[in-house]
Amino acid sequence: MRHHLVGFLAGTLFGLGLCLSGLADPAVVLGFLDLAGAWNPTLLFVMTAALTVTLIGYRIAFARGHPLWSSHFRVPTATAIDTPLVSGAVIFGIGWGLAGYCPGPAVVSLASARGEVVIFIAAMLVGMIAVRLLRVRFPALPMMGPPQRVSGKGAKNPTAGVRS
Amino acid sequence: MQSFAFAAIGGGLIGVAAVLLMSLSGRIAGISGLIAGLLPPQPAHDWRLRLSFIAGLLLAPMVLNALAVPNGIGAPMLSYAAMIPAGLLVGIGSVLANGCTSGHGICGLARLSPRSLLATATFMLTAMATVLVMRHVI
Repeated sequence: MRHHLVGFLAGTLFGLGLCLSGLADPAVVLGFLDLAGAWNPTLLFVMTAALTVTLIGYRIAFARGHPLWSSHFRVPTATAIDTPLVSGAVIFGIGWGLAGYCPGPAVVSLASARGEVVIFIAAMLVGMIAVRLLRVRFPALPMMGPPQRVSGKGAKNPTAGVRS
Repeated sequence: MQSFAFAAIGGGLIGVAAVLLMSLSGRIAGISGLIAGLLPPQPAHDWRLRLSFIAGLLLAPMVLNALAVPNGIGAPMLSYAAMIPAGLLVGIGSVLANGCTSGHGICGLARLSPRSLLATATFMLTAMATVLVMRHVI
């Protein structure tokens, strides 16, 4: 139960951060991505602040060895640079650059009750389901990649390349 | 200048949220991963935590509305029809790459993950190239 509360609180804070920072406005996001136009550096400030807090906070959290209310950190264990990672990032970037929405800001923007946002989310869910189904149906396809694996119980090193 | 201060405060809140979820529950605050784990063929066993996080995301703008603070939600920039390919690409790409702006761009970079660094650099570049083509070439 307390994990649900943590999830709810973290989601709310995350959403407030998206709203206040300007990331819930696709004009701001596309303004950052538009290097050849009137460049808007807002996203740089958001990323720098978020990354600084997370870098420091994660180090403190990982130094404890395990989460306060759980036996182990569940973090991705994959280290290979593979086709799905790169092709997925390429595809994701094109979609992000078209609409100015990545998943978080799109979900938050549902509050505006705009049909365009609903369509975007619906299409995004269809895309997600398609890849998940194809992975199960055709596990041998190298371009699809395996589903994400996270570290299991007893994993000691949640950081990739960090020695604490 | 004021918007940059809000950007830093908002970014800080995003960081606090990510740290909170990791230090208490040991989880990555990656939105695409949290959402994808709720979908077919098989929702993850921890679907309640995932749903709670999404509910929090949806609540946030309503909290600001209740406080009479601008919720920062901007108007969509694409037509209904154009939202379909954009959404499909974001959905397909984020599941293939196992992460999006939050999972790779914030949580992964904060873990100093080489995979996340490559993914973030890649999607930043293709997003910038896309905007370049859409706004200055076509």
